[in-house]
Amino acid sequence: MQVPATFQYEKAASVADALALLARYGPEARVVAGGQSLLPMMKLRMAEPTALVDINGLTQLARISVDGDELSIGAIVRHAELLASPVVGEHLPILRDAERLIADPIVRNRGTVGGSLCQADPSEDLSAAFAALRAVLVVESAGGRRNVAIRQFFTGPYETVVEPGELLVEIRVPIRSHASAYQKVERRVGDWPVAAAGAVLELDRDRDRVREVGIGLTSVGAAGFVAAEAEDVLRGRPASEEQFVEAGRIAAQHCNPVSDQRGPEDYKRHLAGVLVTRALRKATARSRGEEA
Amino acid sequence: MQITTTVNGRECTQDVEPRLLLVHFLRDHLGLTGTHWGCDTSNCGACVVWLDAMPVKACTVLAVMADGCDVRTVEGLETESGLDPIQQGFVECHGLQCGFCTPAMLMTGRWLLNHDPDPSEETIREAISGQVCRCTGYENIVRSIRWAAEHGSGAPAAVAEADESAVPGQRSAAEEVRA
Ligand SMILES: Cc1cc2nc3c(=O)[nH]c(=O)nc-3n(C[C@H](O)[C@H](O)[C@H](O)COP(=O)(O)OP(=O)(O)OC[C@H]3O[C@@H](n4cnc5c(N)ncnc54)[C@H](O)[C@@H]3O)c2cc1C
Repeated sequence: MQVPATFQYEKAASVADALALLARYGPEARVVAGGQSLLPMMKLRMAEPTALVDINGLTQLARISVDGDELSIGAIVRHAELLASPVVGEHLPILRDAERLIADPIVRNRGTVGGSLCQADPSEDLSAAFAALRAVLVVESAGGRRNVAIRQFFTGPYETVVEPGELLVEIRVPIRSHASAYQKVERRVGDWPVAAAGAVLELDRDRDRVREVGIGLTSVGAAGFVAAEAEDVLRGRPASEEQFVEAGRIAAQHCNPVSDQRGPEDYKRHLAGVLVTRALRKATARSRGEEA
Repeated sequence: MQITTTVNGRECTQDVEPRLLLVHFLRDHLGLTGTHWGCDTSNCGACVVWLDAMPVKACTVLAVMADGCDVRTVEGLETESGLDPIQQGFVECHGLQCGFCTPAMLMTGRWLLNHDPDPSEETIREAISGQVCRCTGYENIVRSIRWAAEHGSGAPAAVAEADESAVPGQRSAAEEVRA
């Protein structure tokens, strides 16, 4: 039987209350959202926080809304809610694609978007999807709010710019007329990826040239979950199969996978390239109305 | 820490340690051993219960997180009028097999039918994809949930029939079992 070490537990009643509780309990206190990563880590004693501040009651962080030309996702929106959201499905199919493949329906009922990003697991699916979308993360502390571009958010495996005493409150995603898709290879249903890639494309009016592009990669040691060199290769070029294959090749070359139980390094590198190409192809086909 | 939860319609107040997991609270404090405790890692899904009407894996939820919430376990499925159709489905279609995953499958199945009274086989398989059957006998589990959908727990009979006639030559799960 796996049992966490002892800790103090507090339910936060508001964001201000959560911040005050975090300040009171000090740097060894942790926020708990869905608990789907933190509780398993505590059971294995890989994490031993002295206090947990439960933010599940903060309904103001549980909303998905359109705010001007941005989609706003509260930090404690559950995976299942993101997956079911019609506005997400319509504007950001990359998120719907990714959510369908994250964990399983029951874990998705509990795990949150904010928890996923703050966990910063190097195999995290949403980190790659939001990195491709160039999301902005809103972090709140007693001193106020700051906006962090997602590409500056991750500082290492399981590490982010969120300091003790801070809370991720919101994820903001620009809604433009872009095409997007997410592709993942996993060992079995609901598993973490062997490799996965997300693509977001802004095409020109005729839909045959790439104006701007975001490519996210996960599980393969891509810095910041981004295939930046592959983006550079595509920007301003034709949205063609040839270019997509080239972008995949560049992404594979620049990522840094490790051999583990999910596969050897060369296989993962190959997969990264194939998945980048597929994601670009699918996103483009969608925007041309050729594929759902 | 004192918590008050409503479990299967009955309010109970208990003193628990914050580190107590919901699955152990239900089994060891309340004696509700229908909720099984399997892998400990949130993979097998044998511990699924409803927390505020939503299926969750009770090995990855703290009991204190259920304070003020409504919890439903397999013990709460049967009503005065008898077994819930989902339970009857598992009887009719031999969905029980070894029985270990059964309570959790029942809770997920019942929840699915509440939201989708006439789920396709694919939808059922997706819904239970986070739950491991040790017998690897998902066929009968899927049939059992379909049986419940077709017998009072799901869509009106007319809808179910229309569905079947749309796929000529394909027998419904219930017919297959009767045959
Ligand atoms: C069986 C299983 C399979 C899974 N498979 C996948 C998969 O295929 N792909 C995938 O991407 N993920 C997977 N996950 C992880 C899942 O998506 C989790 O939901 C997620 O990683 C953590 O979210 P959470 O809300 O549960 O966070 P928690 O576990 O509550 O928190 C995680 C970390 O983030 C911190 N935190 C949480 N919220 C905030 C906040 N608002 N501000 C500051 N810090 C915060 C916590 O202090 C903690 O350090 C899986 C999990 C399980 C149990």
